[in-house]
Amino acid sequence: MLANQIGYYSLILGLLSSFLLCAISIKDFNKNNKGVNQKIFTLSFLQLTFVVVSFLSLILSFINSDFSNETVFNNSHTTKPLFYKISGTWGNHEGSLLLWLLVLTLFIFLFLIKSREQPKKYRILTLLFQQIIIIGFFLFVLMTSNPFNFLFPTPNEGLGLNPILQDPVLAIHPPILYLGYVGSSIIFSASLAAVTQNYISKEWGQHIKKWVLASWIFLTIGIMLGSIWAYYELGWGGFWFWDPVENVSLMPWLTLTALLHCTLVLERRNDLTSWVVILSITTFTLSMCGTFLVRSGILNSVHTFASDPTRGIFILIFLFILIFLSLGIFFLFHKENNKDSNSFFWLSKETSILINNWFMMYFLAVVLIGTVYPIFIDVISVEKISVGPPFYHKLITPFLAPFLLFMAFGSKLKWIKSKIEEKKLLIMFFIISVTLTFIILENITTDLLFYTVLISAAFFLFFTTLKELFLKKFNNISQTIAHFGFSLFILAVLFNSILSSEIITNIKVGEKYNYNKSEIFFKKIEEKQESNFNSIVGYFKITDENSKVTWLKPELRFYNQPITITSEADIKTTLLDDKFLVMNLVKGNEYFNIRYQIKPFMIWIWISILLISIGGLLSLFKKKYEK
Amino acid sequence: MYGKKVKLRFVFLVLILASVILIVFLVLQSLKENVVYFQSPTEIKSLVELDKKKIRVGGMVKEQSVFINSNEVNFIITDFKNEINVIYSGAVPNLFSEGKGVVAEGFLKDKNYFLATKILAKHDENYMPPEVKEAIGDK
Repeated sequence: MLANQIGYYSLILGLLSSFLLCAISIKDFNKNNKGVNQKIFTLSFLQLTFVVVSFLSLILSFINSDFSNETVFNNSHTTKPLFYKISGTWGNHEGSLLLWLLVLTLFIFLFLIKSREQPKKYRILTLLFQQIIIIGFFLFVLMTSNPFNFLFPTPNEGLGLNPILQDPVLAIHPPILYLGYVGSSIIFSASLAAVTQNYISKEWGQHIKKWVLASWIFLTIGIMLGSIWAYYELGWGGFWFWDPVENVSLMPWLTLTALLHCTLVLERRNDLTSWVVILSITTFTLSMCGTFLVRSGILNSVHTFASDPTRGIFILIFLFILIFLSLGIFFLFHKENNKDSNSFFWLSKETSILINNWFMMYFLAVVLIGTVYPIFIDVISVEKISVGPPFYHKLITPFLAPFLLFMAFGSKLKWIKSKIEEKKLLIMFFIISVTLTFIILENITTDLLFYTVLISAAFFLFFTTLKELFLKKFNNISQTIAHFGFSLFILAVLFNSILSSEIITNIKVGEKYNYNKSEIFFKKIEEKQESNFNSIVGYFKITDENSKVTWLKPELRFYNQPITITSEADIKTTLLDDKFLVMNLVKGNEYFNIRYQIKPFMIWIWISILLISIGGLLSLFKKKYEK
Repeated sequence: MYGKKVKLRFVFLVLILASVILIVFLVLQSLKENVVYFQSPTEIKSLVELDKKKIRVGGMVKEQSVFINSNEVNFIITDFKNEINVIYSGAVPNLFSEGKGVVAEGFLKDKNYFLATKILAKHDENYMPPEVKEAIGDK
């Protein structure tokens, strides 16, 4: 009760401090003092504190199961374990927006502390732009999705959290992903401020690179966590489904990756200035679009909580204001910085980074069209369509091979002008890659040519980066690790998709199912009881062709609040493969529908993504780019 | 004559234009091939010609219509005006049950039989895909 009030009023105080901050910073902007006024720091800290207090009081309401709070009532239940009571705070629309706000205010405060060496006017402008976004979100939360709505009379019991969200990975997935999404807001504000001050320069490049890297790392890990969750919880046995909601998080990742590479050019060569600004604007716009698409109920998925049209319209209007504001500023203030931007030879690091950008933009276009086209068709006609995975595979995979080759070559090139070194070694690697691929693939796939090209390219990148890792001094380790991780990722994904096998069948308790000298034996079921669900555990004995026995125990959970059935897959992971078994109950029948999959190299997909993020992390902690 | 720089820019521009056109063409082409249309049982009944392409059918699973054996699940999708028999072998989502909304993806055998290759998982007991809602007229 009390927590509710405190939370609500401290949100309002947070909004007030936003207005106050704007007023003070505008006043401070024209003064000639050197540093930023101390009041601004204090206020920004105060604002952060208000939002933190508000967020904590929401968590407290969730822990105490205070059902006089509408959000708690809609998304919690007394029998839920404490951990999921807490994670339920951001497992819903209102709470997750409060988290957005928290990260927004946290980042601008960190920015103020971390940017002391930057020009004062630039810092104040960044703060102003960020406050515009923050005010927008404050208004959005207070007007359309207040997490502290009061319910009277107080209900005795809540409605419960969607059971498939009751999962440890999904408890940390939203905060991490948001750090990535919202991190792009700082890049957005900072690049607009830098444009108005004509401060897009090498120094700015070095300074903004840290922020780009930080949000890129969080976004990468956030997407990976979501993907891991989808893999074991949704029981489809894959890690990426080209679901609109996944695509929406992939799009800012693509632009952010492009931006990351561009800032390298900017900090070294003071070039590609407009491109950097455009990418910064696009990244944040795509993050906002993501929030809009997911929250408005246009896309149907787990992320779509109650859909309320006013929310969608609010975000849409806010989004348009931001886009017009940023484009306006860009065209009015941006001057191409010609004084020390020099042209570069066609064979140079700059070219290779540009090529990387072209590829990223192409991938972005494909994902964007695939995601938006069905919505577009729905708006202009009565037809309902969906775009499936074949669309993406067909358009993306052919471009992957050249992309990988450029990645292998490009990172070896020098700035301004370069020639290809170690030709013999590269040719040798190339031959090794092709023969190796051919030997591996000869007997396992029908689509030999297509896969040979792709996998050879991936192996080529794999060997070249591996060689760098072992032989070179550690002068560019972050990049090498990230690129090595990427080659590993592509290899794992490709072999995983070629070698996966799947059995789907309906089976009764006590029955056996035989295939290719292997056997699945459904021994028995056992019933279990937990505080908020009952479950059936199936015991499956799997004997493979080498008579090796694996026991898998998938589970069916019957949650009481809300009444939902979920299946928990049982997965046995080894370095070589994952054995994945999920069972479903077909209501009113004694048959259980089971799906058994062998997924080779599954763990390597996660390991490689971690490697890529570690590459980013190393770069973040490196003092300065070596000349 | 134009200078070398202008010439280079011209070549560059042509290259970019050509690749953009190529990409647009590629994307549109594969969109055409890979788009899956959604149809209700009533719409299928009124088809003049059977489509060979993959489609989605949505509606309610008719009560008492689910039959299951070791390799198939058979059921009827209804929009309360017309219905269609579905033959399916594959994984069944948890929320699939009689009297609930369903979306099946696959191919039409004829106007009365649908060979499903996938039944789409929905995550919430009360959630109804917008397509299904529309197909059964907000019932």
